[in-house]
Amino acid sequence: MLEAHAMASGMGGMRTAGDLVARMEMAKGMRIKEAKEYVAGKLKVSIRELSDPIVMGAVRDELNLGLIQQMPDRPKGMEAKFRIAELLGIEINSVNRFKAKAGISG
Amino acid sequence: MAKTMQRLGDGVVVEMTADEVRKDVEEGTKDAAERAEVPPLTEDEVKHIVGIYTRPDRIVSVEPGKEVVLSSDEGTVKINAGVSGGAGLGIDCGRMVASELYERALGADIIEYGHIDYSYKPLRPILADERILVERTMLVTAAPFWYGAMPNLGLYTQPDGPFPNPTELLNKGMIKEARESAEGMIEHAVRDMVYIGSGIYEAGADCINFDTTGAFGDIDFKAALTATEELKKKHPGLMINIGMAGEFVLGIHGALTYDGVRLAGLWPHQQVKLAEKAGADTFGPVANIVTSRSCPWNISRVITYVKACTKASQIPVHSNMGMGVGGIPLSDTPPVDAVTRASKAAVEICQLDGV
Repeated sequence: MLEAHAMASGMGGMRTAGDLVARMEMAKGMRIKEAKEYVAGKLKVSIRELSDPIVMGAVRDELNLGLIQQMPDRPKGMEAKFRIAELLGIEINSVNRFKAKAGISG
Repeated sequence: MAKTMQRLGDGVVVEMTADEVRKDVEEGTKDAAERAEVPPLTEDEVKHIVGIYTRPDRIVSVEPGKEVVLSSDEGTVKINAGVSGGAGLGIDCGRMVASELYERALGADIIEYGHIDYSYKPLRPILADERILVERTMLVTAAPFWYGAMPNLGLYTQPDGPFPNPTELLNKGMIKEARESAEGMIEHAVRDMVYIGSGIYEAGADCINFDTTGAFGDIDFKAALTATEELKKKHPGLMINIGMAGEFVLGIHGALTYDGVRLAGLWPHQQVKLAEKAGADTFGPVANIVTSRSCPWNISRVITYVKACTKASQIPVHSNMGMGVGGIPLSDTPPVDAVTRASKAAVEICQLDGV
């Protein structure tokens, strides 16, 4: 059922920019239009391109935002979240806790 | 007139003409509008739903660029849970791996994590174990992470909990005693939800999901709103989603209020205002399926409720559209024709922020 929704109306998660738009809805209370505009502005892509896996695959790789396909020497998991928090200008709880536990300042 | 393939709310296929579909859509919106005292769908919206449901295509979708955020309550539990867990796949893998599957195999916009019991009360003795798993999962995933469970106030009634069941007391005409019992249940549930919510937030989760809120009527809703308020005071950075159990809050207590508003009898467009007031960051309205009526009738009813909710809301609205709610047939394997039609219709007409 999840996949049927994903095909009908879902953004595509990390295949595209779905996770990033979701973060802006959650972190800043943005409605979908505002969240998409904000993320598109940060990524320098159009609204349409936010859900295009071809465009977003290249953008995510260039900006080190994490990819669906796991590749050597590319950010994964927590590493990608560091980049996402910085790019979107938001606090990510797990990133802040990782920094505190690892003794990383800033 | 040519017949089109339609489904009833239990998923069974029936044939209907376009005129019959239109009649059901008109009746569905009238039903919801009268109950919730909200505007019925416009003529253009009725036509739009009829157009979506009478298309011969197996699946339909929104236009490219019009997609919304997709979340999933109880998501990762369903990979490994068996029948006792509810609609599980029985695949022997842990929830950390299931989270990675949701993120990178299924392309979920949001990962939702939960425990097999999926209620806050049973989490108390195992919170430390849950925290360890959440902490490890946060290292290997990049997508936003919700931890969900149900307030499930029923667990606080005897013999599972300490309080006499208010519904049984009401049957005996013991209204005062039923209310006292309900108020005790709320106090215990709030304590548990704040304790678990704090622990999971401290493990690194982005969001706590109060799922199926209102399953025990106004008692349940009051507990979730109070817990939300307390958690947001304690952890301003914690995000909270309140997802409902039904379109209407039942009055088990009957006199409970939040911010001066009586909880019993509230509809989605009124529920969301209290969720906002309590500090929720996103809200999930629900309208349950009527299995004996057609999917066009059901989705018309859902959209009438949810459209009024998204219009009233200041926070993102993620409509619940799973098995048996949101116009999706009551089946563990909902047909893709029914799911994609409901998804497209609701997203386009309700201006949803997510599903």
